[in-house]
Amino acid sequence: MSEIPVTQIDTGTHTQLDVANRKVWPLPGGVHPPENKAQSLQHPIKPMSLPAQLVFPLSQHIGAPALACVNVGDQVLRGQVIAQAKGFVSVPVHASSSGTVVAIEERPIAHASGLHGMCIVVEPDGQHESIEFSPIADYTQCSAEELLDTIRNAGIAGMGGAGFPSAVKLNAKQPIDTLIINATECEPYITADDALIRERSSDVLLGIQILKHIVQPSQEVLIGIEDNKPEAIAQLRAQCTEHDQIHVVVFPTKYPSGGEKQLIKILTGREVPSGGLPADIGIVCQNIGTCEAIKKAVVDGEPLTSRVTTVTGETVSPQNYDIALGTPVSHALAESDYQAQGNQPVIMGGPMMGFALANLDIPVVKTTNCILAPSVTERPPNDIAQACIRCGMCAEACPVSLLPQQLYWFSRSQNNTQLEKHNLFDCIECGACSYSCPSHIPLVQYYRSSKAEIRAEKADQEKSEKAKQRFELRQERLEREEREKEERRKARKEAALKAKASPSKQDVISDAIARTQAKKNNVAQADKSAPAAADSAKALDPAAAAIERAKQKRAEPATEQSPEDTLKTQIATLEKRIAKANDKMAALETSDSTKIDALKSGLALQQQKLDDAKAQLAAISSNAVDSASAPATDEPMDAAQAAIARAQQARAEAGNLSDDEKRAQQLTSIDKRLSAQQAKYDELLSSDPDKAELIKASLDKLQAKKAALLEASS
Amino acid sequence: MLEFIQANWFVAALLALVLLALVFGALLGFAAIRFKVDGNPVVDQINTILPQTQCGQCGYPGCKPYATAIAEQDEAINRCPPGGETTIQALAELLDKEVVPLDAEGVEDAGVKKYALIREDECIGCTKCIQACPVDAILGSAKHMHTVITSECTGCDLCVEPCPVDCIDMLQYPTTLTNWSWELPKDPQLIITDLGRGTESAINSSNQGDAA
Repeated sequence: MSEIPVTQIDTGTHTQLDVANRKVWPLPGGVHPPENKAQSLQHPIKPMSLPAQLVFPLSQHIGAPALACVNVGDQVLRGQVIAQAKGFVSVPVHASSSGTVVAIEERPIAHASGLHGMCIVVEPDGQHESIEFSPIADYTQCSAEELLDTIRNAGIAGMGGAGFPSAVKLNAKQPIDTLIINATECEPYITADDALIRERSSDVLLGIQILKHIVQPSQEVLIGIEDNKPEAIAQLRAQCTEHDQIHVVVFPTKYPSGGEKQLIKILTGREVPSGGLPADIGIVCQNIGTCEAIKKAVVDGEPLTSRVTTVTGETVSPQNYDIALGTPVSHALAESDYQAQGNQPVIMGGPMMGFALANLDIPVVKTTNCILAPSVTERPPNDIAQACIRCGMCAEACPVSLLPQQLYWFSRSQNNTQLEKHNLFDCIECGACSYSCPSHIPLVQYYRSSKAEIRAEKADQEKSEKAKQRFELRQERLEREEREKEERRKARKEAALKAKASPSKQDVISDAIARTQAKKNNVAQADKSAPAAADSAKALDPAAAAIERAKQKRAEPATEQSPEDTLKTQIATLEKRIAKANDKMAALETSDSTKIDALKSGLALQQQKLDDAKAQLAAISSNAVDSASAPATDEPMDAAQAAIARAQQARAEAGNLSDDEKRAQQLTSIDKRLSAQQAKYDELLSSDPDKAELIKASLDKLQAKKAALLEASS
Repeated sequence: MLEFIQANWFVAALLALVLLALVFGALLGFAAIRFKVDGNPVVDQINTILPQTQCGQCGYPGCKPYATAIAEQDEAINRCPPGGETTIQALAELLDKEVVPLDAEGVEDAGVKKYALIREDECIGCTKCIQACPVDAILGSAKHMHTVITSECTGCDLCVEPCPVDCIDMLQYPTTLTNWSWELPKDPQLIITDLGRGTESAINSSNQGDAA
């Protein structure tokens, strides 16, 4: 492996080739690794026994993972849908044998990361019982849509390795002139397609006919196959003589001729544009294994439950198997006399593009065309990467005519702009550059990593663009709210000024009407603009109600009442309260003695307030109205404002406090009040024993409250 | 005309210069009005480089204000912890400044992408986090449970501090099958036991090296 004979690297210098009277176009670059295909072709395809457990990953294809539609404990039959397709680019998953669903859980799946994915685990009962299949008797009578539905429902995804849902690929919007069937199988060791053609060429051909019926290519159908499969070619040629427009095109063996875009170039000379799809140039490509699966789905009505997979390498006895999907790799290896060699990895896929399995319990899926268990001499551990000597072998080997060396340097320096300029995303990750590198630099890994990084960067950019928009919109909204609030405040102020300037009764009433109207409008606006959260908060919050009341109170004295009136109403209410308290006391006298004390002290306070008010009233009436009115009007205003402020603060604080914190706050305020009262009490004790008695009562009340709070918090 | 120029060459030259000055002046004046650029394009360029987390860790209330400060007040380019080294490099390249290390006091994991998650059982519905979120990525109403729209969360961290019951966690995105990626190969570090690794030729070549 360490020294590649120069002959293994194809320089792509030869021009056009003619094999069997049909022109093919040369592919630039490419390599000729040892083929190692003969080993696994010694015996015919052998059906593999059923394992103890079948594991079906929900994501065996490109696109959205399927949705499990069975439950643990359910009995399933072969061909039964156990997970449904989710979305357009998705396919269902079918049970590959009859048995019981024992688990739906995360299991290691066939992915280079070695990460786990959702899987349905079925324990086969050994009966291998199938559901009733519904075959289509004559597909030529069916429309393309019906057949595509059948293919989709059969769970068919590209079986060459990528696993793109076949129905989606066949449903091209563009007019198609050429249908290409990929029988290249260019990777070393893999012979699954070769064996399939040798043994089931009529089935394969029938599948191609069905595809032709669906796609209706305006020109022809080409089956591309490398010249290292003479038996398969002979079989296909023998089958094809009857069908006019189907041509078998043979071309020289070279890796990676089997890449979709590479095959199109070889067979038609046309190039798929960078970032485009084959359908853009009127071509649809399908793997030959997929053709056989499509034949089964349409003619036999049988969904995709098994596939041909090559098990090969020096540590097993190489053989092609017909494996039930979901069979763990360990079972397949055991069946082929696997002799584990130290830490030697088992590879899923070919030696060029496959990945080492982190866990041998990983199941065989729809895309598994090969399980390679090489010996140490066959695939020695990776050589240590040496410095790049700029020999340019990688550039010669690249089938896409990229500059792998430049890409390598840019990838190392994480120069993503340059990587994109050098068309990194056209790299098909075939590994020809890494294979030809005399310094053993793992070039493809650099490209894969850089590709992922660029994709992540793009996603981040998109996200930050969205975040920017949201931020700006929010900023705009906040500004608008602030502006509206300011306007409302201004309107209120103007109205108040106006009312003050012309305090005639008529004006006052019309102003009040205008105010309520404005308020209504504001509320309606606020409803529209402010988030619902704030509104419901207002409705629920008692503090908000208090603010409302206080506001009202403030508005009233400011506009309508003279100080004299205020005092008069105060006196009236106080008198009413005292009367009420007296009644209550009479009622309580007999029953509750503790409450009476409290009432008594309250009564005394009220009485005092009444006296004060009366005195003030007397003072006002005796004085000139002018001198008294100013302080008197100001005072209630201030009090109301203070009350609003307090209430607002209380609400703000109450909103974000937990119960404990609230209690703690209450306690501190009580303590404060207690100490203030105590001081007053001490002071009054000497001067005014009557008043001191009153304060004593409230002091007692506070202490009781404190005790209750302490009890609650503990 | 020609005679006039020949006779009064000095005046003619002067006149010509004045004429030219007037023509070009008019042209420039027209261009200044016709092709006037609104706002500062540099601010927008800087703003696109910034990660738009709106986290305020730079000391400005959002990414745009920081971008403006960089463009107009010559603010340092190393004050964006969420952007990390890559942002600093991009800014340095754009503004032709020196790359300076990140000024991240008390920020341990600069450049690591995170998202906020509310432990919903513990949320008391105080709406404080909703008010703090710069991109409106938190849903909920007063006294009802709140939740973060993860796909919109920028990981700015601003909702964590105001939460009175500390029920918001900043989490790192887990590695899933969709976001997993190959790592960039590390440069090999050759140790003595590595010498014989791989094929026999490696051993041979190292022996030859010794012999030489």
